[in-house]
Amino acid sequence: MYKILEKRELASAIWLMKVHAPRVASSARPGQFVIVRADECGERIPLTVADYDAREGSVTIVIQTIGVSTKKICALDPGQCLADFAGPLGRPSEFVSEDLQTLRGKKILFVAGGVGTAPVYPQVKWLAEHGVRADVIVGAKNRDMLIMTEQMRAVAGNLYIATDDGSEGFKGLVTEVIRHLIEQQGRHYDLCVAIGPMIMMKFVALTTRDYGLKTIVSLNSLMVDGTGMCGACRVSVGGKTVFTCVDGPEFDAHLVDFDEAMRRQGMYRTQEQRALKIAEERAAGHKCRIGLDK
Amino acid sequence: MANKIARVPVREQDPQKRAANFEEVCYGYDIEEARKEASRCLNCKKPRCVEQCPVSIQIPRFISQVLQGDFAAASRTIAEDSSLPSVCGRVCPQETQCEGACILGIKGEPVAIGKLERFVGDWALEHPSPAGQTPPSNGHKVAVIGSGPSGLACASDLARMGYRVKIFEALHKVGGVLEYGIPEFRLPKERIVAASVENVKRLGVEFETDTIVGRTVTIDSLLEEEGYQAVFIGSGAGLPRFMGIPGENLNGVVSANEFLTRANLMKAYDSRYDTPIYVGRRVVVVGGGNVAMDAVRTAKRLGAEAFIVYRRSEAELPARVEEVHHARQEGIEFRMLTNPTEILGTEQGWVRGIRCVRMTLGEPDQSGRRSPVVVEGSEFEIECDVVIMALGTSPNPLIAATTAGLDTDRRGCVVADGQGVTSRPGVFAGGDAVTGAATVILAMGAGRKAARAIDEYIRNK
Repeated sequence: MYKILEKRELASAIWLMKVHAPRVASSARPGQFVIVRADECGERIPLTVADYDAREGSVTIVIQTIGVSTKKICALDPGQCLADFAGPLGRPSEFVSEDLQTLRGKKILFVAGGVGTAPVYPQVKWLAEHGVRADVIVGAKNRDMLIMTEQMRAVAGNLYIATDDGSEGFKGLVTEVIRHLIEQQGRHYDLCVAIGPMIMMKFVALTTRDYGLKTIVSLNSLMVDGTGMCGACRVSVGGKTVFTCVDGPEFDAHLVDFDEAMRRQGMYRTQEQRALKIAEERAAGHKCRIGLDK
Repeated sequence: MANKIARVPVREQDPQKRAANFEEVCYGYDIEEARKEASRCLNCKKPRCVEQCPVSIQIPRFISQVLQGDFAAASRTIAEDSSLPSVCGRVCPQETQCEGACILGIKGEPVAIGKLERFVGDWALEHPSPAGQTPPSNGHKVAVIGSGPSGLACASDLARMGYRVKIFEALHKVGGVLEYGIPEFRLPKERIVAASVENVKRLGVEFETDTIVGRTVTIDSLLEEEGYQAVFIGSGAGLPRFMGIPGENLNGVVSANEFLTRANLMKAYDSRYDTPIYVGRRVVVVGGGNVAMDAVRTAKRLGAEAFIVYRRSEAELPARVEEVHHARQEGIEFRMLTNPTEILGTEQGWVRGIRCVRMTLGEPDQSGRRSPVVVEGSEFEIECDVVIMALGTSPNPLIAATTAGLDTDRRGCVVADGQGVTSRPGVFAGGDAVTGAATVILAMGAGRKAARAIDEYIRNK
C-alpha cells in the first residue's frame, strides 16, 4: 500500500498527489511513468511522473479526473493509501543519457498543454539542475486551468503562457507561440519536447516539421500492465508498430501516426462513459432495479 | 483384472450452462471415483508414464497410495518431484506426456493420471499439514524474479533449504501466468492459485508486488545493494506476438494477453471491478494453442459468437485435447486450414471483418508438423468485430537489457544450461524466460533444478 502524503487541487478537476513510494522515488528519471490502482477493484492507470524526491521517498503525480478510475484515485485523502503504485516504467527521456557538454550547448523548447504541464516539469527541472535552461511554453484553456506555473518559472529559461481566451499571457494556441518565437523573435532551437493532449502534440509536430525542428512527444496511450505484456498501447512510429510502455513513452513526433493513436485512445470510450454514468447515477442515489448497472 | 474397468468419467459442468459462467468446468474426482480410477493402474515394472513426465513424478507409486486411501502419502510422493500438483493436474498436456505413454491406452483408455494428480493436489490444499517448522535460516538471501510456476517452485525449495527468499512480482497480484493467463473456469484463482501461493508463504517466502526488475530495481542493485547472494530469473514469456498483416492496429484487434489479462487478472467479467473489456458480437481468435482456446472460451462466456481460425488442421492443434473438446461442447466454431491475410476496418477504424485464405498441408517442416501452404485464389472474408491474436509470446527483454553480462539468444531468451546457470555468476534462470512459451510443469521443474544449483553455488562461494 502506498500512503498519500499530500493532495492539492491545482485547477478544476486537476489534482496533485504526493505519494510515499521509496523504490519508485529512487529509480525515477524524467520522462517515465507509473501505474496506479486506487483499490482492489480499480483499473491500472498509467500516469506520468510529475516530480520525485529520493530522500523523502516520495513521487508526485498530477491527475485530471475524467473517468471512474481517476475519480476514485482523487477521492482518496492524505493519510489514505493507494493499492498499487508501480514504476518507474518506460524509458527515461533521451537527453538524460546524453553527454552533458553537448547538451549544455543545445537550445531546448518545451511545449506543455493542460495537465501535460506536470510531466514537463521534472524534465525542465532536471535540465536546470544540470546547467541547461530550457524555454517553456505552457498552454491552457484559461487562467484558472494553468497549473504549476510558479514552479515552472523557477526552473525554466523563458516561460511563455498561452490561453485560449487570453485570460493569461498570449491569446491563442501554443503552435502560434512556436511560430512567433521562431519567425518573429528569430529564436533557434535544437530540440522541442511537447507533452499534452494528443491533438496538441499532433499540431505541434506539424508546426515544427516546417522548421525541421526535431520534436519529441510523450504518448499517453491506453495500457493494462505497462510492462510490455498486453500490447494495448501499440502505436505506429515510422510505419513500425511499437509499444508505448516499453519502447516509449517518448517518440519522434514526426514519425508518430497521431490519427491512429487518437483513434486507439477511444477503444474503450463507450464502456468508460457507461461506467461513469452508472457511477454518477449511483452517487446521486439512484438504484437500478432492472439490472442495467451490471 | 484391473484393466477391465473402464476409465472413470469425470463430472463436468453442463456445457450450455458453463458457456455463460466462469465457474470451473471440471469438478474432478471424489474419493470413491479416485480410488476406483486408481485401481486401473497396472503398476508397470518399467513405468512408461514416469519416463514421459517432464519431472519424473513416481506415478505408479502415488496412484497405489491413492488406491490404499493414503492421500497424505500420495501427496508426499508427488511433492518429491512437483510443487504444483493441483495446477499441473489441470493444465498439463497429459495426452502427450504421462497418459500418452500409458500401456492401457494402447487398447483402451489410459489411466486418468492428470485427474488423479489433481485429486491428490486438491486434497492436500484442503488438508494442509500442521504448520511444519520452517527450517532454521542459513543466513543467505536469494531473490526470485517473477511469481509464476518457476519462481514459486524455486522459492519453495530454497526456503526448505533454509534460505531467506523474496519473490519480486511486477504485477499487483502474485501467480504470474496462473493469475493473468489461465482463466478461472480452468484454474480457480482463490481455491487453487491463492492456496498454492499461501503454502509458499507458509515456508517463510516473502513477496513484493509492484516491483519491476529492470526498472524499479535491477539485478545489480539486488546483488550489490540489497545483500542477495543469488538471483533466479523466472520472469516468463510475456511479450505478445502479432502477425504483421495490414489492419492489425484497428480498434478491436487485441492480443490474447490483453484480452485474458483484462478478464482474469483484472476481473472484467465481474461487475464489481472497473475494468473495461471490448467483446463485440462476433469474435475471431487467431491461433490453436491453449491460450487461443482460453481466449475464445472467455469471449463466448462474455456473450459473443466465437470462432477459432487456425492455419493447420485439427490434428496439429497444439492445445490440450481436453480444451479443444470442451470448446467444441461450448459451441465454439473451428475454422481450420485458414490463415488471415488482412483485418478489414470500417471508415472509423473499427474491425468489420477478417480476410483469410484457405490452406492445405504440405511437407513436414522442422517441427515435424506438415507445414501449411496457401491455396491460390481461395480468399474469403469472415465478418467479425473483434480479432484476438493468440500467436504465442516471447520473453520480455527488460531484464536482459538492464543486466550486464547476461547472454540471450536471438529470440530474446536468457541462455541457461539444464541447471539454470546463466553466463553471469550468481544469476540463474528457468521457465519460459529461458525456453520461450512452454508448459507450467517444465517451468516448475526448471525452478526446482535452479534451486539446487543456487544452493550449490552459495555453498561453494
